[in-house]
Amino acid sequence: MAKRIDVSDLDIYYGSFLAVQSVNVSIEPRSITALIGPSGCGKSTFLRSLNRMHEVIPGARVEGKVVMDGQDLYGSDVDPVDVRRQIGMVFQRPNPFPTMSIYDNVAAGLRLNAKKMRKSDLDDLVERSLRGANLWNEVKDRLNRPGSGLSGGQQQRLCIARAIAVEPDVLLMDEPCSALDPISTLAIEDLMTELKERFTIVIVTHNMQQAARVSESTGFFNLSGVGQPGRLIEFNPTEKIFSSPDEKATEDYISGRFG
Amino acid sequence: MTTTDAPPAPPRPRRRPGDRIFAGSATGAGILILVVLAGVAAFLVSEAWPAVVAPAEDIPGGDGLTAYIAPLVFGTLLAAVIALLVATPLAVAIALYITYYAPPRLATLMGYVMDLLAAIPSIVYGFWGIAALAPALVPFYGWAEEHLGFLPFFAGPASVTGRTMLTAGLVLAIMILPIISAISREVFGQAPALHREAALALGATRWEMIRMAVLPYGRSGVIGGAMLGLGRALGETLAVALVLSGSGGITVNLIGQSNPSTIAANVALKFPESTGIEVNALIASGLALFVITFAVNMFARWIVNRRADFSGAN
Repeated sequence: MAKRIDVSDLDIYYGSFLAVQSVNVSIEPRSITALIGPSGCGKSTFLRSLNRMHEVIPGARVEGKVVMDGQDLYGSDVDPVDVRRQIGMVFQRPNPFPTMSIYDNVAAGLRLNAKKMRKSDLDDLVERSLRGANLWNEVKDRLNRPGSGLSGGQQQRLCIARAIAVEPDVLLMDEPCSALDPISTLAIEDLMTELKERFTIVIVTHNMQQAARVSESTGFFNLSGVGQPGRLIEFNPTEKIFSSPDEKATEDYISGRFG
Repeated sequence: MTTTDAPPAPPRPRRRPGDRIFAGSATGAGILILVVLAGVAAFLVSEAWPAVVAPAEDIPGGDGLTAYIAPLVFGTLLAAVIALLVATPLAVAIALYITYYAPPRLATLMGYVMDLLAAIPSIVYGFWGIAALAPALVPFYGWAEEHLGFLPFFAGPASVTGRTMLTAGLVLAIMILPIISAISREVFGQAPALHREAALALGATRWEMIRMAVLPYGRSGVIGGAMLGLGRALGETLAVALVLSGSGGITVNLIGQSNPSTIAANVALKFPESTGIEVNALIASGLALFVITFAVNMFARWIVNRRADFSGAN
């Protein structure tokens, strides 16, 4: 269950381009860590490097270490597929599989893990995951309908249900509310607060109020100019970041005096 | 006091000449295709009619029109089905390799090669089939008769020329491979990154990702491509006329010496020396081909629409 992640001297490259430079950070288990910063500063890239999803882009690689409870995620004998089975991810735009029913969407990850499950066990797990994502009551009568028929907020909770169904250690969320209306956003935020009892959550957000509302720790990413690598400028408890940050750049950004 | 003035007539929208010309020509083009289709159908029906009402002994073969056309319909369908069964899995595999496995340079090159394959005229495929493929398959047919003879498909006696239904089906398979793989490649390449990443983030391997996010998405495209290929296989004339030594009746023996011919090949071979009612009989077989092609297309559409909810288009 929830594990801590220690990142040391992490450089992330796309080909020869250094996108993010020397990140050092410890992400605590059973808490929500928010990553904020302007567009293009590398916070999403950093997030995706935590479950090796950035490797989907040809030429992407890292130098440095990402260690989850003593296990080096970039060890030479580590399969990225295994990493992603332990570290779930929720994307910016809700992306339930359009060709699958709601039920099959939630079961997708469970079926991948190739365990032969009894139908009744699978039913239980799907129900538990949908309840965990606060979606069960809304969809229990139409589990066999396509997931793409739900509203945006429901689709995003479906994606969260799909991610937590496989009981990952860590849940990464890449701007999970940016495509949603305020009410759906609130539902997701409430859900995150419940989920942090069981998972380590890292969330990238452009919404600073959101970071302030839900997270325990906040990291501020910035880049000094176009073509320059992004850096983690400051990482502190959220309260401190939003009241008396150590860095001038952080204060400028959160108070809107950002140039 | 109430007034019952008629509401003022809505202002007539101004029709610009450009709009009118474009709308007219587009409508004309749309009507034209219907007229052409109706014209072809009317021609086939009117020319086939004498053969339908003619006494059975006047039809070539002497047993009536149904007995004349049935083996041809059977042969047409059999050759096309063989082609489709061989070509579709192969085409899907090629398309997946090009879109998700091959290094980019090789993928581009292979794309060109497949397109080139589509540009080869069918007479060349026919020559290749008769001169290279058929003789090369003779030993295999002998082996198949000996070891797989218990299956009705390989009952034998094996053809010594190799010009069998199976050879014709294989030539057709190679001919329809490019169109199916080109369309599959197109739809596989368009499978949304969003859903591919969703699968990968769940811990899917590349093959599992393809199964979860690419194949279901591309399914209707593959079916569409297969139906285009089937249309070509059903109507292919020259290659089959050259390769297949068609003379026999209905049989599922794929490697024998006597094979049913196909409609298109039969028309091409017989038409020059036909007169009178024989021509009408040939046209009647053409009408049958027309109906088959139509039915195949309707069926494909039905398959594609059946699960429209889950297509990903919504």
